[in-house]
Amino acid sequence: MKIWALAINTFREAIRDKVLYSLIFFAVLIIGLSVILDNLTIGEPTKIIKDFGLASIEIFGVLIAIFVGIGLVYKEMERKTIYNILSKPIHRYQFIIGKYLGLVLTLLVEVLTMSIALFLILYFYEGKIAFTLLPAIGMIFVALMIITAFALLFSSFSTPILSGLFTLSFFIIGHLTPDLLELVKKADSQTLRYVTEALYYIFPNLEYLNIKGQVVHHLPLEKGYLFFASLYGLLYILIILLLSMVIFQNRDIK
Amino acid sequence: MEHIIKTENLSKVFRAPFTFKKINALTDLRLEITPGEVFGFLGPNGAGKTTTFKLLLGLLKPSRGKIWLWREELKKIELKSKIGFLPENPYFYNYLKAKEYLHFCRHLFALNSQESKKRVDALLDLVGLPEHKNRLIKTFSKGMLQRLGLAQALINDPELLILDEPMSGLDPLGRKEIRDLILDLKNKGKTIIFSTHILSDVETVCDRVGILIKGNLRDCGPLEHLLNPKIKSFELCIKGLSIETVHNLEEQGLNLIKRGNEIFIRVEEKEEKNLLYYLLEKGGELVSFAPRKETLEDLYVNEIKSIDNHHENLGFGN
Ligand SMILES: Nc1ncnc2c1ncn2[C@@H]1O[C@H](COP(=O)(O)OP(=O)(O)OP(=O)(O)O)[C@@H](O)[C@H]1O
Ligand SMILES: [Mg+2]
Repeated sequence: MKIWALAINTFREAIRDKVLYSLIFFAVLIIGLSVILDNLTIGEPTKIIKDFGLASIEIFGVLIAIFVGIGLVYKEMERKTIYNILSKPIHRYQFIIGKYLGLVLTLLVEVLTMSIALFLILYFYEGKIAFTLLPAIGMIFVALMIITAFALLFSSFSTPILSGLFTLSFFIIGHLTPDLLELVKKADSQTLRYVTEALYYIFPNLEYLNIKGQVVHHLPLEKGYLFFASLYGLLYILIILLLSMVIFQNRDIK
Repeated sequence: MEHIIKTENLSKVFRAPFTFKKINALTDLRLEITPGEVFGFLGPNGAGKTTTFKLLLGLLKPSRGKIWLWREELKKIELKSKIGFLPENPYFYNYLKAKEYLHFCRHLFALNSQESKKRVDALLDLVGLPEHKNRLIKTFSKGMLQRLGLAQALINDPELLILDEPMSGLDPLGRKEIRDLILDLKNKGKTIIFSTHILSDVETVCDRVGILIKGNLRDCGPLEHLLNPKIKSFELCIKGLSIETVHNLEEQGLNLIKRGNEIFIRVEEKEEKNLLYYLLEKGGELVSFAPRKETLEDLYVNEIKSIDNHHENLGFGN
């Protein structure tokens, strides 16, 4: 209940911030733009719309996750609004979870809004609802939850600019490590292989959660893929959140 | 003895940024607050009052020492259900309305009853914000923020109130209202500890005061125990003295203040008779003559002065 109050308050902050609206507006605009592009290219109709649509859902989600996420704890400390929370019967871990859930809720609204826009456009073209995109959207959402957890983690001990840079690099490296791993498999250097492998396990494997290509090109997924990918994501989130709580537990609220 | 707050050797050391120099914000504080009392916490800027309050609420971790609230160690989060805290210069969310904020606070205490909903309105009336319930906090003035801060501190009907400079930013009427509110809460059996720079507020509402200077509790006790009840000096006002006489007085090292054709003189006890005879003999006309007891201000100023290098350390020079 207390956690819910914190989450709703965080959600409300994001909702009442005009930045969010402009972001969503912009994203929907881009999906609209893809319609024009789609008409200009030959090949399977709506493929570009789907590509563009899914990509913009992800990119704008990441932008929101980072921009809002890096301020989650920092802003409360900076503006001292946190005094009136932690002086009340609230555990510090409750504060962390509440903040996290608030942003996840915000992202859910973003992903839902944009998905509905995408589905409407596709319905107009294909005359049916593009249910096949749902797994990809689900995985995007899991990836966004991971990014949010990272932003929150950094936000609990660092400044927004640093947190933003850290989070962004985790996002980028998270998409690159599988490729790197492939590359260095052929390398001679043993240490290079170890380092890359270590990186591979420390950074989130966001490529694992990226099934946009398969979905758009109607490639089959392995059995249980979605289940294990989600499980992987949730475990990852759990670890990052626990780490944030441990860091935050003993911090002085100055 | 029964107590609501008890601290032992409570200390807090900060590290200055970059230089990592130690800042002893609070040193070995020993404090016991008993149920139902109003305790005033005095001290110059940077004395450690806010630090003490933050330690009591678990916002800061002590560097040393222990804290008990209601005889239990601070770790138990439920203890905070019985506390109301007003931070100094309270901050709120700009995007909320006053009423929304109080409802948010209510949920943080897990107060969901119909009764607690009504309390939000009642509190906004009590602190003098009845017309601003649905206004965005962003548009509030300093004093209005202070009032809202007080309302949120009372939302859980706390047994113990910790108020960091509750009167700051308030107009004279507002200050009187808060003073009355504190007395009212005291009559309801609440325990209140608050910090202030306004000595007259302490004199009117506090049962006990503590004077904190540079992290050390210098004096602590009921006001009448701390202040010397004996008459220490006299203050007299006289007019119609010749210039030579005034000059003569000044040469004797007396403390004179001239205002218009009136002269105010502070004189130690036992010397007042001789001085008075002398002045009247010289043709002076007595305007007023009053014995003076030690005031809280005297005590406070003396305490601060007795710490020689206080000003040096704050960087005020001299
Ligand atoms: N976060 C911090 N980092 C470093 N030093 C700090 C920090 N917070 C407080 N201090 C130092 O601790 C000392 C006590 O500060 P505190 O805020 O408790 O004073 P105060 O009595 O509340 O003063 P005021 O009357 O101005 O509110 C000061 O010397 C201050 O510089
Ligand atoms: Mg202070």
